[in-house]
Amino acid sequence: MAISMALSSISSSVSSSTSVGNPRRRALHLKTQRPRTVFLGSKVECGIRGVQHTDLSRNATFHSAKATLSELLRENTTSTSDLLLMHDEGLELYEDMILARSFEDMCAQMYYRGKMFGFVHLYNGQEAVSTGFIKSLRKDDFVCSTYRDHVHALSKGVPARQVMSELFGKATGCCRGQGGSMHMFSKEHQVLGGFAFIGEGIPVATGAAFATKYRREVLKDDKADAVTVAFFGDGTCNNGQFFECLNMAALWKLPIIFVVENNLWAIGMSHYRATSIPEIWTKGPAFGMPGVHVDGMDVLKVREVANEAIARARRGDGPTLVECETYRFRGHSLADPDELRKPDEKAHYAARDPIMSLKTYLIENNLASEGDLKAIEKKIDEIVEDSVEFAEASPLPERSQLLENVFADPKGFGIGPDGRYRCEEPGFTAGTAQV
Amino acid sequence: MESTALLQKVTAGMAFRGTPASLLSSSSASSHVARIKLGSRSVIRVSRLSGLTVKATHLNAYGFGTMPHNSTALKTVNKAVAVKTETGSTATAQQGHELLLFEALREGLEEEMERDPTVCVIGEDVGHYGGSYKVTKGMAEKFGDLRLLDTPIAENSFTGMAIGAAMTGLRPIVEGMNMGFLLLAFNQIANNCGMLHYTSGGQFTIPIVIRGPGGVGKQLGAEHSQRLESYFQSVPGLQMVACSTPYNAKGLMKAAIRSENPVILFEHVLLYNLKERIPDEEYVLCLEEAELVRPGQDITILTYSRMRHHVLQAVKTLVSKGYDPEVIDIRSLKPFDLFAIGNSVKKTHKVLIVEECMRTGGIGASLRAAIMENFFDELDAPIGCLSSQDVPTPYAGPLEDLTVVQPPQIVFAVEQLCKH
Repeated sequence: MAISMALSSISSSVSSSTSVGNPRRRALHLKTQRPRTVFLGSKVECGIRGVQHTDLSRNATFHSAKATLSELLRENTTSTSDLLLMHDEGLELYEDMILARSFEDMCAQMYYRGKMFGFVHLYNGQEAVSTGFIKSLRKDDFVCSTYRDHVHALSKGVPARQVMSELFGKATGCCRGQGGSMHMFSKEHQVLGGFAFIGEGIPVATGAAFATKYRREVLKDDKADAVTVAFFGDGTCNNGQFFECLNMAALWKLPIIFVVENNLWAIGMSHYRATSIPEIWTKGPAFGMPGVHVDGMDVLKVREVANEAIARARRGDGPTLVECETYRFRGHSLADPDELRKPDEKAHYAARDPIMSLKTYLIENNLASEGDLKAIEKKIDEIVEDSVEFAEASPLPERSQLLENVFADPKGFGIGPDGRYRCEEPGFTAGTAQV
Repeated sequence: MESTALLQKVTAGMAFRGTPASLLSSSSASSHVARIKLGSRSVIRVSRLSGLTVKATHLNAYGFGTMPHNSTALKTVNKAVAVKTETGSTATAQQGHELLLFEALREGLEEEMERDPTVCVIGEDVGHYGGSYKVTKGMAEKFGDLRLLDTPIAENSFTGMAIGAAMTGLRPIVEGMNMGFLLLAFNQIANNCGMLHYTSGGQFTIPIVIRGPGGVGKQLGAEHSQRLESYFQSVPGLQMVACSTPYNAKGLMKAAIRSENPVILFEHVLLYNLKERIPDEEYVLCLEEAELVRPGQDITILTYSRMRHHVLQAVKTLVSKGYDPEVIDIRSLKPFDLFAIGNSVKKTHKVLIVEECMRTGGIGASLRAAIMENFFDELDAPIGCLSSQDVPTPYAGPLEDLTVVQPPQIVFAVEQLCKH
């Protein structure tokens, strides 16, 4: 393929140029109004046409300028068969996105019926990002997310039953009902959370990537090449932890991919009102890693970028920053009235629904039939229904569960007045945690 | 002091009316009624007599007097810190090897790093520089740059990174160059370090150690003189320990590294050069236990970190005055060792807490509540608590000395409490 062919040669030079005097590095540094980027190692420097930094009233024109890059990439491929999917791959992607959409729609229903509470953040519209990245990962690769994490957990392989139970707050949830919507964890599937504060998960993801590098270089484990993918939003990209971790990841060439799900809104704050330089992908080269922008409503393009970034991380060439232009069809959370976003913006992105796009692609290219896709939808309906039934039927946590997981080693509750460790007292985990 | 002298006369059996006038101060117009408790709960009321006025010193809410401001007997002791420790728990003088506290920390660290290859240190200047207090000196040459990771100045992120590494199988030790810098990592310490084990339903453990020097030093200024134990004590899921001697520094370091829980190990800037003889053989201390420093009968003094040494300094004076205090270094700031503390309270019935935390919301405040809750019936007196003043530590030497508890204050407080 035109793109991947040139990858290995360039990616090594991008990552090795650390001195300021290196001409390539200067080329990457953003000074002019026409930012240039090097896509993950291709020899082509892509000039972005039509991007103005001064216009504060962003509108659809800007989006089409950014979409130009995606089209540019498509033009560079020799044919659509470069994004070829085998029949099974296509169905796998479709199934994953249908599962995401149906599950989130069911969450909304359950929330309004009073089965789940608190803050619930739904992922409708952004499925291409999760599916595009996570379906290219191995089981032992790590995923780290934010509060909008149901779909990341599902794509990574956490059973829908466990996620729904967790949302219902039942003891059979993936976190025993102790985490909730914003804290999905799975040791089995290497999902590192689920964080309520934005930016909090990025250092944790960086740590998982550091552990991989440590295993490889200190513990001399040649097979240690697990990649970590950190998902976060546009609002997070103005937070210190983002920049600090970009620096450390590039400094130590950690096997991590920073995926920005830029849906243009941080609750009610437009990305353009919050950010001096809205092109987040340009911040990658500032720290010495490739910055890529991709159409996050197109699962095939996301997958293409993901495969390259994952391969780059796995061979030890370091991190990548990927900005996915995407959109959430619902409000920030189920409590958000979503009054600030304009109808034409919503309509623009609704027309680019990732599931419809993939469906069209599969059918037009004879990769699947209507019947295949209907069967998948039916299967997913059953899975989601089953997960709700399972969650309904599951028990709530017992009182004895209250203190069980406060400490990994319950001796941390200390020694009581009678000389025994408090955790040795019968019924302790149901009581109050006295110090 | 007047009331002490009065008390001694009374207990000696002299009738109050017949007390020589020299014992009583003159001229004060106000009368003062005081209840003085003696040993076995008998009460003597000292009240105004006809024609005579008793001037009692001010009694504060705890029943013992405040320090008169211009008493020449009460000078602050500036050098009551880096002295040879007298502890009851070290090896005999013939065996073992002598070293300084920072070397003891390093010894413990090295032994654990040799024992377990997943143990690593993450912090600023821990590698090539050897640590700002030399705790990791020479270790980067031995273990390599990845195991002694020199980080950029990004406390929140590298603490979070250590947490992520701990979740995925390593055992990192985060060094705050000064404990105060870890305020920048509060987000990660409170939200992730303490809570992730719980919110993940027990799936991920975070066997991390967070350590660094804190406390009031020698005119380091307010921001380098912070005591973070009071801020972190409310975070569920964390254990906190404070070391005070080379012996317990090494033992607690090893125990903290081996623990599956996240542990914060508080060291003190002024204690790094304490010298002590410690055992040659390997030893690991218990994270949850307190240390009995000096057994006694009259009063229980609970303390930790640098204040232990101020207490021991005060104990010398108290012993010479005929008191027999029991000194316990609580070591475990969270959770408290209620067994050791309780046994002591049941013996002495009086408690004085001496700490370097600020008064408001400090470790002493929590400890008082815990003792009151568990051992109220054993107490003959309200629990005394000497803490630092609620003030940003001033730079000027005399002012700085006034912010922390000094041995003469401890002596005075013990004397007051022992009147009960």
